[in-house]
Amino acid sequence: MATTEEIRTDLADIVNEVAGVPADDVQLDKSFVDDLDVDSLSMVEVVVAAEEKFGVSIPDDEVKNLKTVGDAVSFIENAQS
Amino acid sequence: MTTLNPSGGSRHAAILGIGSYRPSRVIPNAEIVEAIDSSDEWIQQRSGIKQRRWATPEETITLMSVEASRKALAHAGIEASQVDAIVVATVSHMFQTPAVATAIAHELGTNRPAAFDISAACAGFCHGVALASDMVRGGSSSHVLVIGVERLSDLTDVGDRGTAFIFADGAGAVVVGPSDTPGIGPVVWGSDGEQFDLIRQREDWRDVLQQEHPQMPHLVMQGNPVFRWASFEMAKIAQATLDRTGIKVEDLDVFVPHQANMRIIDAMARSMKLPERVKIARDIAEQGNTSAASIPLALDRMIAEGDAKSGDTALFIAFGAGLAYAAQVVTVP
Repeated sequence: MATTEEIRTDLADIVNEVAGVPADDVQLDKSFVDDLDVDSLSMVEVVVAAEEKFGVSIPDDEVKNLKTVGDAVSFIENAQS
Repeated sequence: MTTLNPSGGSRHAAILGIGSYRPSRVIPNAEIVEAIDSSDEWIQQRSGIKQRRWATPEETITLMSVEASRKALAHAGIEASQVDAIVVATVSHMFQTPAVATAIAHELGTNRPAAFDISAACAGFCHGVALASDMVRGGSSSHVLVIGVERLSDLTDVGDRGTAFIFADGAGAVVVGPSDTPGIGPVVWGSDGEQFDLIRQREDWRDVLQQEHPQMPHLVMQGNPVFRWASFEMAKIAQATLDRTGIKVEDLDVFVPHQANMRIIDAMARSMKLPERVKIARDIAEQGNTSAASIPLALDRMIAEGDAKSGDTALFIAFGAGLAYAAQVVTVP
C-alpha cells in the first residue's frame, strides 16, 4: 500500500507533466485552481492519468470536490484501501 | 439462377486532390468576449483559438463547397465531368431535404453524378473519405468528390460561454479516385450512443415551433466529458487505426485531427506519444472549429505552408456529436 507521501509524489509528477507546474509546488495544502493554476480541462487530464497510475476510478461528480492536492491524495488513498 | 454482373472497381483508391474555402469574415476573440463575459486570454487558454472565420450571407453552403471543390478538382487534374459521385458531410445545411450535394453537383457542371449528404457531425469528413474509398474500390464510382462544409455560426448561441468562441464556418473538399497503390488505409470508425446528449442541437424542430418566441435550436455541448472522451478514447482509436494500417506512430509524417480544440489536439498527441518530428495540424488557432470541414481545411493549409508534402503519410481522426468517430491513414496528394 502506497503511503500518503508516495501518492503525493506520483500525483505531483502527473500535475507537472499535464500542466507544467513544478512538482515541488504540488503540496497537500495547495488548491489546484487557485494556487497551481490547473484549469478544469487540465484537471480532467490529471484525473485520467491518476486513474491509470493508481488503479482507481474517480467519477466526474467527485472531481469538483477535489479542491486541494490533499483532497485528491485522500480520495486516492481511500479508493485504494 | 440468373447471374448478375459484379461491380468490379479499382484495386486501390487514393486522395488525388484537395481544396478549401475560408469565409471572408475574420472574427477575433475581442469581438465575441463581451456577450460571454470572457477575455481573449481565457479563450486562448481554453481552446487555443485566436480568431475564427464566419461566413457572410452570400457565402452559402453551396458557394463555399463549389469553391473548395473547384480547387480540389484542379489539384487532382480531374474535369468536373469525370466526377460520378458527390458526398457532402454537413450539419448546417438548413434544408431537411433535398440534399445540398445535388445543388453543388449542378453548380460544378458535373454530369448528373450520384449526390447525397451524410450526417456524422464533426466526424463526417472521415466517414465520407471511407465511403468514397469503398465506392471506388467496389466499382460504384470512379471519381468521388468528398466535401466537408459548415456554417456553424448559424447554429451558435453567441451568449453561451461554453460554445460561442469555438464554432466557425468553411469548406474543404477532396477528390478520391483509383490508384496503383493504396492511398487510403482501412477506416476505424464507430459510435457511442450512450453519450448521444453530450453534443447536440438544443431541441427538436417541432418543440421549437411550440415556443411563444421560436428561436434557432443552437448547438449545445458538455465541455469536460467531451474533452475527456476526445483526448483519451480517441487516442486509443488513433492507435487502433495505425495498427490496422500496419504502421507505427514513427511512420507518420503528418497528424491531422479534427480541429475541435487545441487542448484536445495537445492531449491526444501526448497520449499517442507522437514523435516530435510529426507535423501536427493546428489550423484551429486562426480558423475555429469548423466541424466536418476542419480536416481538409487544416491539411490544405499544411500543404500550402510546406508542413505537408505530396507522398507524406498522414493520420486523419475525426470525432464529435453522436458520439461518432472515424479515422484513417492516407497518403497526402
